[in-house]
Amino acid sequence: MTNPEGRFGVHGGQYVPETLMNALLELEEAYNYYKNDPEFNRELQKLFDEYANRPSNLYYAEKMTKDLGGAKVYLKREDLNHTGAHKVNNVLGQALLAKKMGKTRLIAETGAGQHGVATATAAALMDMECVVFMGEEDTKRQALNVYRMKLLGAEVVPVTTGTATLKDAVSEAMREWTKRIDDTHYCLGSVMGPHPFPTIVRDFQAVISQEAREQILQKEGKLPDAVIACVGGGSNAIGSFYHFIPDDGVRLIGCEAAGRGVDTKETAATLATGRLGIFHGMKSYFCQDEYGQIAPVYSISAGLDYPGVGPEHANLYDTGRAEYVPVTDEEAVEAFEYLSRIEGIIPAIESAHAIAHAMKLAPSMDKDQVIIVTVSGRGDKDVAAIARYRGEDLHD
Amino acid sequence: MTDIRISDAFKNGKAFIPFVTCGDPDLETTGKIVRAMAENGADLIELGIPFSDPTAEGPVIQGANIRALSGGVTTDLIFDLVRDLRKDVAVPMVFMTYANVVYSYGAERFIATCRDIGVQGLILPDIPYEEKEEFLDLCHEYGVELVSLVAPTSANRIAMIAKEAEGFLYIVSSLGVTGTRTEISTDLDAIVKVVRENTDIPCAIGFGISTPEQAAKMGAIADGAIVGSAIVKLVAEYGRDAAGPVGDYVKSMKEALRNS
Repeated sequence: MTNPEGRFGVHGGQYVPETLMNALLELEEAYNYYKNDPEFNRELQKLFDEYANRPSNLYYAEKMTKDLGGAKVYLKREDLNHTGAHKVNNVLGQALLAKKMGKTRLIAETGAGQHGVATATAAALMDMECVVFMGEEDTKRQALNVYRMKLLGAEVVPVTTGTATLKDAVSEAMREWTKRIDDTHYCLGSVMGPHPFPTIVRDFQAVISQEAREQILQKEGKLPDAVIACVGGGSNAIGSFYHFIPDDGVRLIGCEAAGRGVDTKETAATLATGRLGIFHGMKSYFCQDEYGQIAPVYSISAGLDYPGVGPEHANLYDTGRAEYVPVTDEEAVEAFEYLSRIEGIIPAIESAHAIAHAMKLAPSMDKDQVIIVTVSGRGDKDVAAIARYRGEDLHD
Repeated sequence: MTDIRISDAFKNGKAFIPFVTCGDPDLETTGKIVRAMAENGADLIELGIPFSDPTAEGPVIQGANIRALSGGVTTDLIFDLVRDLRKDVAVPMVFMTYANVVYSYGAERFIATCRDIGVQGLILPDIPYEEKEEFLDLCHEYGVELVSLVAPTSANRIAMIAKEAEGFLYIVSSLGVTGTRTEISTDLDAIVKVVRENTDIPCAIGFGISTPEQAAKMGAIADGAIVGSAIVKLVAEYGRDAAGPVGDYVKSMKEALRNS
């Protein structure tokens, strides 16, 4: 009975209310058709190239490399995409797919607001209605993005249930989808949720590693020794890893948000502290208590503040093909400041988790070795929060 | 009381199936509410085990889940409550909860305990047909029936679901999440017709039902009516004194169904 297409090892599946099953099956069927449709792919490529500013640069961070004194560090600059993050890759794909399916309305969840902004952007471009669910706590942390979404014509619904963060926004978007399916596509923002979302989102994000692999071969004449990306649900990480998975010599390293530390309750490091469970439509690892109640996780980064991880990552973890390391708030903030000063690039606080690990890893590697770090988004949205973290209150 | 079966619930005319969230506001009150339901004609009782993130619930039952969990209720404490209830309550009971509550407890340990304490079935709204094998073999092994749901969007899936349904078939009346509704616009007759063509087990309609008039209408279409949010609202209003009002409510609903 279980759809084997929707499994990554034991993970994945379609654990959703019956009300949504036909919508998921319809989406799977449409996706399987359009992913091989030359016209669909032409349109998507055009959007990527001319609207989203792809391919994104693979930038040799020479000053950072010299300063760290080890491996050569390349930055995959997803922050230079239109809307300022990797999220646009997935959203353009899904919005185009939804449009082909005859849907006229997009709903989405958002944590940091980047996925919400990207969805609102695609909806504006494609003349679709857009409603974004965002934890009330996150609407405060990311007020600028809330206004951006409104500016783009989207309605932003603050979610007050639970911890009022990303997981609650996902729950509320799922609830909304069960209310209104006919004209509505749920534009899920990460490689999570029920099948076929983890596969669809991964395929649209895989453009990151497809480009990065070609770019590094061109620049270095060899594959990288390691690819590093931050992991919340895990969409930029799976996109960064995907085309390197068959390359055994390439270490794949996902950086989870440890918050105040994996030995505290204020953490969102799912693979370091969670266990196997079933939630938000998928079997995967989740932060939870002994009775399976989902934990109120914490990270300074609204985009990584999620108690689960996508099923394909859970499987890469099980098989050992990818490694996952926790990075604390403090380490991420230091990396945020470091990259700003040394390269003049202000990364998203999410991406700063990956930078932080590169700062630890690079010095331990040889100078002829190469690391690619994905800068999944730009950090303008985080400036006020980082100032607050450092005890400075900015007046908006 | 090991010989209680879900099918017993459909032997007293059209069945009334009330729901309560265990531990809202505390387990002692839940015990009183369940006894009041049984005394006032409930044919099958759905015991909700609270979950932190109930994605199929509207605001009313979400609120009950939060109240129960913040009061410290756990799966083990709910099992203890049922053990106590089974000393004098003979009405069939099923647990309604989310997959992770069962999975995380250890599916076999959970389902074996259901049998031991006298819970006849499981309703898991996030386990659709495609994923039921997650728990089905264990349910068969321990004689616990895994209740299937059909929804207004099920369409071509109704026959497939009905053919393999056990216990009773839960027909979701409306799109969206749980909660009371003034009007139910789904063509329930059409759904029930397909169900009847494919299974002999009873079917009951839930989601959005709150008044005796609605219950009577559902009774005319199906074998029973399920009510959750309207009862949870009474519990929210009356708190520790909810058993009386809930008992009266159950009585009025069963009365309406008896006449349908």
